[in-house]
Amino acid sequence: MNTPLQIVVCGSIVPDPLQTLEPVTGPNGPSLKNEMLLPAVLDPWAGHALFEAAHLAGKRSGSKVWLVSLGPKAKLQQVMMTVAQKVPFELVALDGPASGFSDSFETAAALAAAIEAIASLDRAKLLLFGGWESASRGTGSTLQMVGERLGIGEQFQGVDEITVRDDGSFTVLERIEGGRHQVSVCAAPPAVLGWATGNLPEPKNNPQVGMANMRTVMPALQRAKAAPISNTGLRFESVSLPKQQRETRIVKNMPVEEMAREIVAWIGEE
Amino acid sequence: MSEPAIERQRMDVDVVCVGFGPATAGFLTALSRHLVNPDGSPAVESRVAPGLPLQVMCYERSDDISFGVSGVVTRARGIRATLPDFDPSQIPMAAAVSQEKVVYLLDPIGASRRSLALRLGDRAVRALRLDRHHGVELPYVPPFLHKQGGMVMSLGQFLQHVGAELMGSGTVQIWPGMPVAEALIDENQAGVRGVHGVRLCDQGVDRNGQPEANFLPGMDIHAALTVVADGPVGAVGRQLDQEIGLPQGHHQREWALGMKMVIDLPENTELEPGTVFHTFGYPEPEIFGFFYVHPDRVATVGIFVPSWFRSPVRTSYRYLQHYLLHPYLWRYLQGGKLRSWGAKSLQESGRRAEPFLAGNGYARIGEGSGSTNVLTGSGVDEAWTTGTQLAEGVLELLRERKPLTRENLETAYVARRRASWVEEEGRIAEKARDGFHKGVVTGLLGMALAGFTKGKHWLGGEPQLMPDLKEYYQRKIPAEGVERIVEDCHNRGVSCHGALMERCGWPAIPYDGQLLITHQDALLVGGKVQAPAGMADHVRFIYPDFCERCATKMCIEMCSGQAITPGPDGIPLFDREKCVHCGACVWNCMTPLDDDPQRGNISFRAGAGGLHSPEN
Repeated sequence: MNTPLQIVVCGSIVPDPLQTLEPVTGPNGPSLKNEMLLPAVLDPWAGHALFEAAHLAGKRSGSKVWLVSLGPKAKLQQVMMTVAQKVPFELVALDGPASGFSDSFETAAALAAAIEAIASLDRAKLLLFGGWESASRGTGSTLQMVGERLGIGEQFQGVDEITVRDDGSFTVLERIEGGRHQVSVCAAPPAVLGWATGNLPEPKNNPQVGMANMRTVMPALQRAKAAPISNTGLRFESVSLPKQQRETRIVKNMPVEEMAREIVAWIGEE
Repeated sequence: MSEPAIERQRMDVDVVCVGFGPATAGFLTALSRHLVNPDGSPAVESRVAPGLPLQVMCYERSDDISFGVSGVVTRARGIRATLPDFDPSQIPMAAAVSQEKVVYLLDPIGASRRSLALRLGDRAVRALRLDRHHGVELPYVPPFLHKQGGMVMSLGQFLQHVGAELMGSGTVQIWPGMPVAEALIDENQAGVRGVHGVRLCDQGVDRNGQPEANFLPGMDIHAALTVVADGPVGAVGRQLDQEIGLPQGHHQREWALGMKMVIDLPENTELEPGTVFHTFGYPEPEIFGFFYVHPDRVATVGIFVPSWFRSPVRTSYRYLQHYLLHPYLWRYLQGGKLRSWGAKSLQESGRRAEPFLAGNGYARIGEGSGSTNVLTGSGVDEAWTTGTQLAEGVLELLRERKPLTRENLETAYVARRRASWVEEEGRIAEKARDGFHKGVVTGLLGMALAGFTKGKHWLGGEPQLMPDLKEYYQRKIPAEGVERIVEDCHNRGVSCHGALMERCGWPAIPYDGQLLITHQDALLVGGKVQAPAGMADHVRFIYPDFCERCATKMCIEMCSGQAITPGPDGIPLFDREKCVHCGACVWNCMTPLDDDPQRGNISFRAGAGGLHSPEN
């Protein structure tokens, strides 16, 4: 018998990575220039987690997916018009900053409190998903702290695959060094899975899925609680972007070997 | 044997909108305020979901609701009428117009094609030392052209603002990334032919539209009213034009390609927010230009390349770069940096391109409905206003429980439009630009004549045949030289205009990696062009053998994204990943179809993606 799952995905928005990002320092610390002007997208790491969650829930009847998002309400709303077309989920929205400069400790506390407030959540069926490095400037700390606050000891980071068996036990593939995976077996939920990229392609936009999701998305946004992140005790020594050098040349159908040779040669020049 | 029918999902709504531009933004803004009572009960009840308010959907092709193209200066009369508390300071990149100039640009390098009259005029200007930085500032802005009291803004940012307000209201839904393939045209049970909704694009198909592994057939959205607002090259509007035709005497033969850059001005800029320059005379006399200054040292700078510019290798990006480099403008731009880039086609026939504005189950608003004013050079405010007029009409009909038939929409919507300033000013502008078919000087005089006489008088002109390459360049390049350049470019798979222009004296562009960058860099850095996987090619060459015989191949030269390139056997290649959906290929195809000479050999269908920048 398939045990139904309850999957909570923590995922928020980031500035569209295709836009030009420029760090600036303001009275409240570092931020991105014109951040509210830029379009936003669902954090790609969290996006993979959401798509994997929906895929998993779709195979086990009675399962449910929540998306818990902390971000500026107006921006969340805009992003949800795209995300909600992809897969079925119920939104839990928190109105607060989603800047990459928010304190991951405070962010984790707000997310954990929101998850604890989901009335119908059964922790015995809970899988907590999120992006491996989301909301933590690559440290992988936010989701880990959310799990700790919820008292979930089984944690996996850099996950590429989960296989859930009929009895509720599951196998997880975690990325480890050397391009290999560590295979772990868990007897049952709850567990925290910080996803790497997973294996699923991005689902197509489906208007019917969008319509179904909107029944909960708009009310969730309207009742989104304020979640101010004070950044108390957080100090940034310096902020910079990686040095970029653009030298565009578009070549199609180039053999992989030739690409590799060019990249190696380019690295050698640096 | 017939192909198996595709089983499609179906959804029923009350109103479906095609495209989210200024017209739909106006329509939804005016409509959404009246759908729900203060106590939350429906003010206008849905017929497909009784007990609920009107169910209103909008489907937009691009990845987000703010990826339109137009750095715009507008009087914003219609926008302010709908939004009386509108505060430009609440929208990034918006500012009140502070000063406005019309500038005639002389040719500082001697490469442009100027008529004898212009050359004589230029000599007189220089002799009398009337120019400054090779530009002559006109002593005043004609009243029909000025935008005093208006604002400069980014249409992308404006739509993002309006879209957020609309979605926050919870009364309408706007779905980006979802192109509409076609209108559902059929007879209803009563035998009345009309539009009954739309079909969304198939996904999970190959470039020819054939289903692949993840095939998701486009859903059929049935609605009592389909609002067609997909712009001048939109698939649904063009489908209706083709199937229903245009009113007697109307045509859609005047076009322009607008291409612009959003630029970070140098730190020491002296330009104030709200500064507006309208220019003409350079890089070619037929090409008009614009320069709008936004807050925070940002400017929108661009050109319009019109269909009456009779060059068989007319192009836009290369000309835009020469425009930036004109000394009158370069003194402000030197040291600047590209933020964003984009291009779009403009329907320049104005009111004379107006299709049937309403039919059974559908209405047309915005630029594709002929609302653009070609005399005042204004389109956004007009488009917005037509949307609000339709909303008022639809609300009236729904409250009176009248069906959305052609007759009722004519009374409730079209009559409103006819009685408005959009119609009045559109009629004044109707023939204002006809003189350009006889030359630039005649065209400018014709505009002035129409403007100052409120459209009572104008200078006429009819489109003339496009010269071939050798004829066009006969005074500058020998015929065999043209042949060699064309052959060489085709062998290299590139367009010809760059080589031909340089042969005529246009200097090479001094790339600086900041503002002066290659065309492909502009796509990537400025346009951030997107093409989601699993969609069919939206540009098709209907009869490839026609392309083989086509000598000019202007689709290649004028392509804003270098998405159309020379291919083997003379049939151009199309690369969807570079297309910005500007639609220039549609009106630059010089190969008319035998059965419909008004149409060229390029089919421009619905497709997803395109420009991916909110600053345009």
